Amino acid sequence: MRVLFEKTQALTDVPFHYCPGCTHGIVQRVIGEILEELQLLEKTVGVTGVGCGGFSEQYFNVDFQGSAHGRAPAVATGIKRAHPELIVFTYQGDGDMVSIGMAEAIHAAARGEKITAFLVNNSNYGMTGGQMAPTTLIGQKTSTSPYGRQSEESGYPVDLPALLCNLKGAAYVATVSVDTPANVLKAKRAVRLAFKAQIEGLGFSLVQFLSTCPTNWGLNPVDSIEWMQEHMFPEFQMGELKCPETFRR
Amino acid sequence: MEKLFMKGNEALAEGAIRAGCQLYFGYPITPSTEIIEYMAAHLSKRGGTFVQSESEVAAIYMVFGAAGSGQRVMTASSGLGISLMQEGLSYMAANELPAVLVDIMRTGPGLGGLGPTQGDYFQATKGGGHGDYHLIVLAPDSVQEMADLTATAFDLADGYRNPVMILADAVLGQMMEPVSFENIHVHTYEKPWATTGAKGRQRNLITSYNLQNETGEIKAIHLEHKYQAIQEQLQWAESYQTEDAEYLLVAYGTSARVCKGVVHALRATGVKVGLLRPIALWPFPTQVFQSYLDHVKGYLVVEMSAGQMIEDVRLAIQHQAPVSFYHRQGGMVPQQEEIVAQFNRVFLEGGHTS
Repeated sequence: MRVLFEKTQALTDVPFHYCPGCTHGIVQRVIGEILEELQLLEKTVGVTGVGCGGFSEQYFNVDFQGSAHGRAPAVATGIKRAHPELIVFTYQGDGDMVSIGMAEAIHAAARGEKITAFLVNNSNYGMTGGQMAPTTLIGQKTSTSPYGRQSEESGYPVDLPALLCNLKGAAYVATVSVDTPANVLKAKRAVRLAFKAQIEGLGFSLVQFLSTCPTNWGLNPVDSIEWMQEHMFPEFQMGELKCPETFRR
Repeated sequence: MEKLFMKGNEALAEGAIRAGCQLYFGYPITPSTEIIEYMAAHLSKRGGTFVQSESEVAAIYMVFGAAGSGQRVMTASSGLGISLMQEGLSYMAANELPAVLVDIMRTGPGLGGLGPTQGDYFQATKGGGHGDYHLIVLAPDSVQEMADLTATAFDLADGYRNPVMILADAVLGQMMEPVSFENIHVHTYEKPWATTGAKGRQRNLITSYNLQNETGEIKAIHLEHKYQAIQEQLQWAESYQTEDAEYLLVAYGTSARVCKGVVHALRATGVKVGLLRPIALWPFPTQVFQSYLDHVKGYLVVEMSAGQMIEDVRLAIQHQAPVSFYHRQGGMVPQQEEIVAQFNRVFLEGGHTS
């Protein structure tokens, strides 16, 4: 019998704890499949932040360090500088990376730190119950913006990849989603190239995944996908924001 | 034995390199800056790695990552920066990551000043960050000890899998003395727990998550037992002219140097006085005090703070004898004649107030 599909060796057998309709699981499978494809499982160290993404340390079948809230790029810097031969990636949510960890993220990129950062942006703090994040859209209701985010009070959504791609140290920057099979393939290409940038020593690489949070958005999984497509896709620049010339097909 | 004439901060950095420090992450701050500058100039030339971080917050997490990957790693700062590192230190203690950090104390609270102080004793020895943990804290009192204790700190860190702090002050960091490095060697420790890529073994996971209270208690008990073992095994103090002492001065670091002069001055007048100098501040050398309790008539604690170590001294002495105090603050160093006068006032003229 021919095997048509197998779960990637890059993920453990621990069941995902993620809510129905959340895309963390697909994102981790995409990253895992690329780690396996590039034969990196025995030379990779992952670093999490804190939040829903923080549990990914249980799911990726590679060496892992659980960092504090927002500090994963600094921890990854320490690992990579200690062992330049290793492949080091971070896995953070938007509250983690774009709010409390903004400084560590920007400076890791500015240093051209040879690490790969994954940002899962679901436009709110998921684990703590759906509070406003820097990525929350104008008018979006959360438990700390109960009347909808107002720019007069809380400013505007931050598109971190768009900021970081202006830094010389950032080699590869992309924003993708995993809402359709076609976009999953695009996401896999972005993850592959992000790791390629690290492997080739070109500098910092970042892939942002626009993601859903059905539980805190108060929507079912299908409606969540549609809400993300309708509201988040126009807000955040999608596609490859920065790509080395040698990577272009 | 070859001796070099060096600043305390430089000797500390050189001692670290000779003890096998492979990585340094740090942020400049007076009066510790010679350490980061020495590392920038020397570490990468000698096969190590130097990174200037964007903040002390980032520095301690870079230390976290490198320590978790099994390398000897260090950072240094002064109290303000050490405050910013407290979250990371708590995480490092929770994950049992070995590393050396240095606090060259300047005055506080707040922005404070650049002068010497011992006002970070509580922060260093009583936690500083959140949760139930301890740093091992060593207090040098000379340029030679700045180097030697830093080398020892790496061994203690690796041996106990715990962060170790060198607690010194601006005087020790800035002053110059002859120093030898001939007794500093690299000792290596197996670190099978380190994240180095899971090649030919199960994956290693460094994390301090304990969402189940039952597993949280098991982890807490494990740490508690480790700290108890350290307290039993590391009782470290210098006993200076204490054999026949009827009175003891108790001081560490720069205050202890001044107190050695006080011992000489008082002994010249016929007073049998010695100095007990804690070298490890955590664990505090409580056991060392026990042998003095039955015959010492009084203790004079000297600190460059409003009184921090004196609390541990009182706990060690258990009200067996009067404990008096002399201190200067705000960057001022207690002077020998001031301490002599205080000693005479409280112990010889009957004016003791504990």
